[in-house]
Amino acid sequence: MDSSNVRMVAADLLAHQQLPANLLHFVRLLRQLGFRISAERVTDLLQGLTLIDLTRRNDCYHVMRACLVTHPEQIPLFDRAFNLFWLGREQWLLELGATTFQRPTPLRQQALRAARMSSRERLDDRYLPPEEGSQHAAESELSATYSPWETLRHKDFAAMSREELQLAQRWMDALIWRMGERRTRRRIRAYKRTCCLDLSTTMRKSMPQQGEIVHLAWQRPRFKPRPLVIICDISGSMERYSRLFLHFMYAVRQGAKRVEAFVFGTRLTRITSALRHRDVDTALQEVSQEVVDWSGGTRIGESLKTFNYRWSRRVLRNGATVIIISDGWDRGDIALLRHEMDRLQHSCHRLIWLNPLAGAPHYQPLVRGMQAALPYVDEFLPLHNLESLEAVVRRLGEPIMPRATPSIGRFLR
Amino acid sequence: MASLFDSIDDVQSALLAGRYIADRALATVIFLATRLGKPLFLEGEAGVGKTEVAKVLAEVLHTRLIRLQCYEGLDVHTAVYEWAYARQIMHLRLLEARGEASTASEKDLYSAEFLIARPLLQAVQWDGSVPPVLLIDEIDRADEEFESFLLEFLSDFQITIPEIGTIRAMRPPIVVITSNRTREVHDALKRRCLYHWIDYPTFEAEYQIVMLKVPGITQQLAFQVTTVCQQLRQAELFKAPGIAETLDWATALVTMGRQELDEATVNETLGVLLKYQDDVQRVRGEMVHGLVQRAHGRR
Repeated sequence: MDSSNVRMVAADLLAHQQLPANLLHFVRLLRQLGFRISAERVTDLLQGLTLIDLTRRNDCYHVMRACLVTHPEQIPLFDRAFNLFWLGREQWLLELGATTFQRPTPLRQQALRAARMSSRERLDDRYLPPEEGSQHAAESELSATYSPWETLRHKDFAAMSREELQLAQRWMDALIWRMGERRTRRRIRAYKRTCCLDLSTTMRKSMPQQGEIVHLAWQRPRFKPRPLVIICDISGSMERYSRLFLHFMYAVRQGAKRVEAFVFGTRLTRITSALRHRDVDTALQEVSQEVVDWSGGTRIGESLKTFNYRWSRRVLRNGATVIIISDGWDRGDIALLRHEMDRLQHSCHRLIWLNPLAGAPHYQPLVRGMQAALPYVDEFLPLHNLESLEAVVRRLGEPIMPRATPSIGRFLR
Repeated sequence: MASLFDSIDDVQSALLAGRYIADRALATVIFLATRLGKPLFLEGEAGVGKTEVAKVLAEVLHTRLIRLQCYEGLDVHTAVYEWAYARQIMHLRLLEARGEASTASEKDLYSAEFLIARPLLQAVQWDGSVPPVLLIDEIDRADEEFESFLLEFLSDFQITIPEIGTIRAMRPPIVVITSNRTREVHDALKRRCLYHWIDYPTFEAEYQIVMLKVPGITQQLAFQVTTVCQQLRQAELFKAPGIAETLDWATALVTMGRQELDEATVNETLGVLLKYQDDVQRVRGEMVHGLVQRAHGRR
């Protein structure tokens, strides 16, 4: 069955207003996420949807899953895509999806963008029902699901109610993490011409022709996601955020490979192994048993020193990105803080400081700990609501330029 | 396998003959490793003599040391074997020139003649009477892919080359794997090995090592050098000196013709002991004063 047929069926269904207008759009998104969906399957889906009660979200979900998923591994991804899309987070899904599953080259990105644009235009022009009223109805229905999320996205974590916090945590669980990548020294086969010829394979492939080289084999370096180290402040001044940030670390640990997590107040505790539990409650309970300095004072300098001396050589290999989450309130030795920040910056690929207070409109880093640390931070970002968290996630995936100043730790990355 | 060592004492005295001072624990695991034919996994801070164990073992057993230095991206071509494709191409061209190109066969080109044996294959191909010592150095620098490959290799000491077949070791090599612990090596690998953590030596052991390894050193200087190094390891340093540094330092002092330590000399030569500027700055001056006082037994 070709695509014109699909369009006819779709147009037919749409004319009868039995189908949400953006279903085809959703299919397109899934394809960009790497799903292989034939035109036939889409027709099946369209027809399947006519057979059920469309107001029952769960039934819709199962029909769609049955038609669009072909592999058990695809189900978690499909679930995320489904939730994000039907909650109106489609743009965001696009951004992540396009780069999570295919390494984007500038050209391909352009092509993707163009494809997206044109698909949207086509949808708008031809497949939306002619009646203006129903379109508005569909839109308002979407925005009805969208707006509470929009409010939540901008709400400071500290001001969130219990329910809202739970929502935020669930939202974190659904995040798709993609770390910036680094080039490894390992090479793998390339399927098109690159800079490096794979002579031994070339030779091997020439054997059927009595050693006449007809086909050249190429190889290219392999890329791997960078390791991530999160060091989170759980002292008294951060109390309002601690639980949520722990959940944040849990979500990252579940969602990405090679994540190390530490917390500190007056002393540093490694919680990586505690967070390995799939079950969030077990994980966080184990963390709370391991940590002894909840909501006490803060000694950032000493904690970072412990990190540098005891852990840095073990966890900062292969160009790790380090994230420190703290408000910068420090009652310890400021000179030491400066010194250890310097060392830390020099031994990692990128040092990011996330400050929950920095989201305030007129925030100034006046706290002396923050002032001391700032010169050694590659990036200083706020982390006070879901929107800022989204920005952080996006930033982690972006490639960055190397630092201008050479550092002693450059061999570590 | 004929037993290489008869007892733990035997190991200890053999190593001593090779000028390596091993404590009882290390001698025991070496004894077990040679008896059970299991790889020896040595972990410890940099410069405590992990690599040296393998070198000395090969020396006292009069066998070959085959060394594989690990690094990220280490692959089959550098660790196991590689086809000399340049020579293969040359061979083909020669045949062509002689008008015999049609006789070129895969069997000829992929024969032992064109095979370059890398360390792991060398270890398996070894045909001496005593098994070779295979040193897999700094495994923590290799990536996980290589680690998984090693798992397979260590379990049966055989290598399959598709064009030639499976080559099995006549005598399994004595495998020594070292790690600086810059990352945790996977449990699966450690489980196949005898694990030993080499700690910094005690004062007596270090003194003996200095006396043994630094020719021309006086007892007094050896005592003082050892005292300073032992003290430095107690201090909070980013990188404490290992035995390698102690020996370098002692040799440097002997070369400079020093009979005993004085503050000026220590300050001048700190760079031999400490490799981070922060550490040098922390130790220089006040702390050196204290160290030298103690080395002279005045405090």
